Amino acid sequence: MSKYSIFSLVRNAISYHENWAAAWRSPEPKQEYDVLIIGGGGHGLATAYYLAKEHGMTNIAVLEKGWIGGGNTGRNTTIVRSNYLWDESAHLYEKSMKLWEGLSQDLNYNVMFSQRGVYNLGHNLQDMRDIQRRVNANRLNGIDGHVVTPEEIKRAIPEINIDQGCRYPILGASFQPRGGVARHDAVAWGFARGADLRGVDIIQNCEVTAIRQENGAVTGVETTRGSINAKKIGVVVAGHCSVLAEMAGFRMPIESHPLQALVSEPIKPVINTVIMSNAVHGYISQSDKGDLVIGAGIDSYNGYGQRGSFPTIEHTVAAICEMFPIFRRVRMNRQWGGIVDTAPDACPIIGNTSVKGLYFNCGWGTGGFKATPGSGWVFAHNVATGEPHELNRPFALDRFVTGFLIDEHGAAGVAH
Amino acid sequence: MFLIECPWCGVRDETEFNCVGEAHIVRPLEPEKLSDEEWADYLFMRKNPKGMHREQWLHVAGCRRYFNAERDTVTYRISATYRIGEQAPGEAGK
Repeated sequence: MSKYSIFSLVRNAISYHENWAAAWRSPEPKQEYDVLIIGGGGHGLATAYYLAKEHGMTNIAVLEKGWIGGGNTGRNTTIVRSNYLWDESAHLYEKSMKLWEGLSQDLNYNVMFSQRGVYNLGHNLQDMRDIQRRVNANRLNGIDGHVVTPEEIKRAIPEINIDQGCRYPILGASFQPRGGVARHDAVAWGFARGADLRGVDIIQNCEVTAIRQENGAVTGVETTRGSINAKKIGVVVAGHCSVLAEMAGFRMPIESHPLQALVSEPIKPVINTVIMSNAVHGYISQSDKGDLVIGAGIDSYNGYGQRGSFPTIEHTVAAICEMFPIFRRVRMNRQWGGIVDTAPDACPIIGNTSVKGLYFNCGWGTGGFKATPGSGWVFAHNVATGEPHELNRPFALDRFVTGFLIDEHGAAGVAH
Repeated sequence: MFLIECPWCGVRDETEFNCVGEAHIVRPLEPEKLSDEEWADYLFMRKNPKGMHREQWLHVAGCRRYFNAERDTVTYRISATYRIGEQAPGEAGK
């Protein structure tokens, strides 16, 4: 397969871009693989990519029940940041941030990572104390960030409403300049192409229906495209992790909720950064196409339906209209939902399970996209060696037994 | 939008309610005798099924009482609501 470059672009322009090779193959599943990755979203594809690249394992299949990147990878609001409060999360997300910074070059695929900065707004005095504390913690962990005043926010984002008389006035924000957005589909496609180049089989329309075990160790899976053997299985299925866990005979501390997002009609450039507010449940950025990308909160009930309730959307849009009165007359184009796997402490679960050879990577909840490369990187290490990497050791499933929870829920709030 | 039938107040709008998680989780009578695994299982582990689910709802902007509902987590259709302590209806009642 040819390397993407200015030269390949020119070469293909001569033939009117009609002869580009497919970016990855569509192979039939083999009888047996060394490693199966269940779930062809960003995290699963990244896991396969880093297994091949960092650990030299290439006899791998990624099994995806639909099409790659069609789940939460294609449904999120594409925000990337690493300003988490607790050391464990900060190290993990910062690892991811460092990978993001070189990802397009590494993959030879433009993931359109744009470090346009992320503001996390504070609306009351306690918010501001928490923001001070989080920014200080971030800086001690080597993560960039500073606290900004309403006037500084207004200078950077002239459209924002910093009137102190409104219901949730903006009292300040944390700002992480290295944060930003990336093109979510390109992330899935880039990892898929990179993994495929190294020999990984990406098998779409292949739903796992059972996980086979013998003497407490996995031996393979049953799928809608036949039975496949493997001694190691990595499960990276986000909202469906409880369903897969049930196949393997245990339960997860996970509840799956609908999380919604919406985009407006494309408008001229108006926001050149990302603004998030935990308190009023709204976050907003503008895509390169011009749509305002708006994220809402989760619905309180469990749901696998990939759609949420209208009152949740209404709540978010009301918050956006208060923060940005200029958007009151913007029309919304599309609205959708994804299924997010929330853990009691709002932190991911990455690591070994009670079944030998079966590894889970889930619980990313409402904030998994930003972690895509880092999640794949640590999980690849875990699957390849059978032991967690130092970065994901604190995120083991057994933290719910030992009590070593990582209370990012209070720190990250809703828009996490 | 959902219409939810509160067993005390009748049919109301979903915005009056909060879902508060899986129903029929029984608190262990002698928690001090549980192992850490059993305690974690009670405290954190959930069924989170894809399909029929029993869950607790709170009529927060109404009578402020808890009740149970049987709801499909894919179609979101509520097939029954019943008071705390009442026998769960239907197949999934076990």
